[in-house]
Amino acid sequence: MEFSHVFYALLSLMVVGSIIAVETKDLLSSVVSVALVGFSMGVSFLLLGAPDIAIVQVVMEVLCLIILLRATVRRDDTTIYKYIETFAVATALIFLAVFLILSYRAFKDLPPFGHPLMTVSGEYLRNGLAKTGAANMVTAVLLDFRAYDTLGEATVLFVSILGAIAVLRRRGRKAR
Amino acid sequence: MKGMTLIVRTISRIVAGPIMLFGIYIVLYGHLTPGGGFAGGVILALGVMLLMLAFGKEPALKKLPERRASLLDSLGALGFWAIALLGFTAGYYFLNFLGKGSPFHLVSAGTIPLSNISIGLKVGVSLFAVLAALSVYRRYTSGEEPPEEED
Repeated sequence: MEFSHVFYALLSLMVVGSIIAVETKDLLSSVVSVALVGFSMGVSFLLLGAPDIAIVQVVMEVLCLIILLRATVRRDDTTIYKYIETFAVATALIFLAVFLILSYRAFKDLPPFGHPLMTVSGEYLRNGLAKTGAANMVTAVLLDFRAYDTLGEATVLFVSILGAIAVLRRRGRKAR
Repeated sequence: MKGMTLIVRTISRIVAGPIMLFGIYIVLYGHLTPGGGFAGGVILALGVMLLMLAFGKEPALKKLPERRASLLDSLGALGFWAIALLGFTAGYYFLNFLGKGSPFHLVSAGTIPLSNISIGLKVGVSLFAVLAALSVYRRYTSGEEPPEEED
């Protein structure tokens, strides 16, 4: 199938991009690789038929790219130096191997992708339009069926920005 | 942030209006088309950020000072919570108490468009406040103060 080839190509691009983002010495290239991973994830959401999440992913990726670029490019020295520890690399490789073996065994037992639609989502799809009147079912779930979750997310965003401003402010800090 | 060259300024002056218009469309039509309060709010914040990057932070902060930004942020959060509380007038928390209207119309789906608008306001203004905080409260610029938290 043509679709799965494109999807696997995107996935391998994302894997390569994340490895480059972790391993490169230049902070600017690292930020660009992270953006590559994010945009590929947006395109793959679009291919999977989830335009709502794709829009949010692309838009948030642009925002994070701007903030990360402003944080890294401003510094004079954008390269980082690090020492490779053999013990840490060895443990990481061992745990990666264990994780891959266990996840291979777990993924074999999973049902095929997207096949048995869960009963809850089937209920939403059947009765959502009649119950909420919203044509976009994602918004109906977010703001009507699961609006309490959305309130929690809004609170999380509110508190995190409160914390950012409290840490970064200049006024009201105790003079040293 | 000093602002950028004439080319960048001209193009961002032309482009910023359509970007904000698209953000407002995404927020208002969130219950009909893909998108919603969060995505539209981020697009609105990005439109303001484009102006901030092109013209420097002073014009944007003159239009929307930090105090008013935090006021609008809190208003958005309180508005969403008030919509949740107003559900008690007809029954329970977060009840969609307004009429459903006819589907696929702009005025439909009860409280969902109102929640979208308040979430869009909240997300847009708070993300604008993050970049404003990162650029306004820059504490070590040119060696006037040694960086304490760094390294």
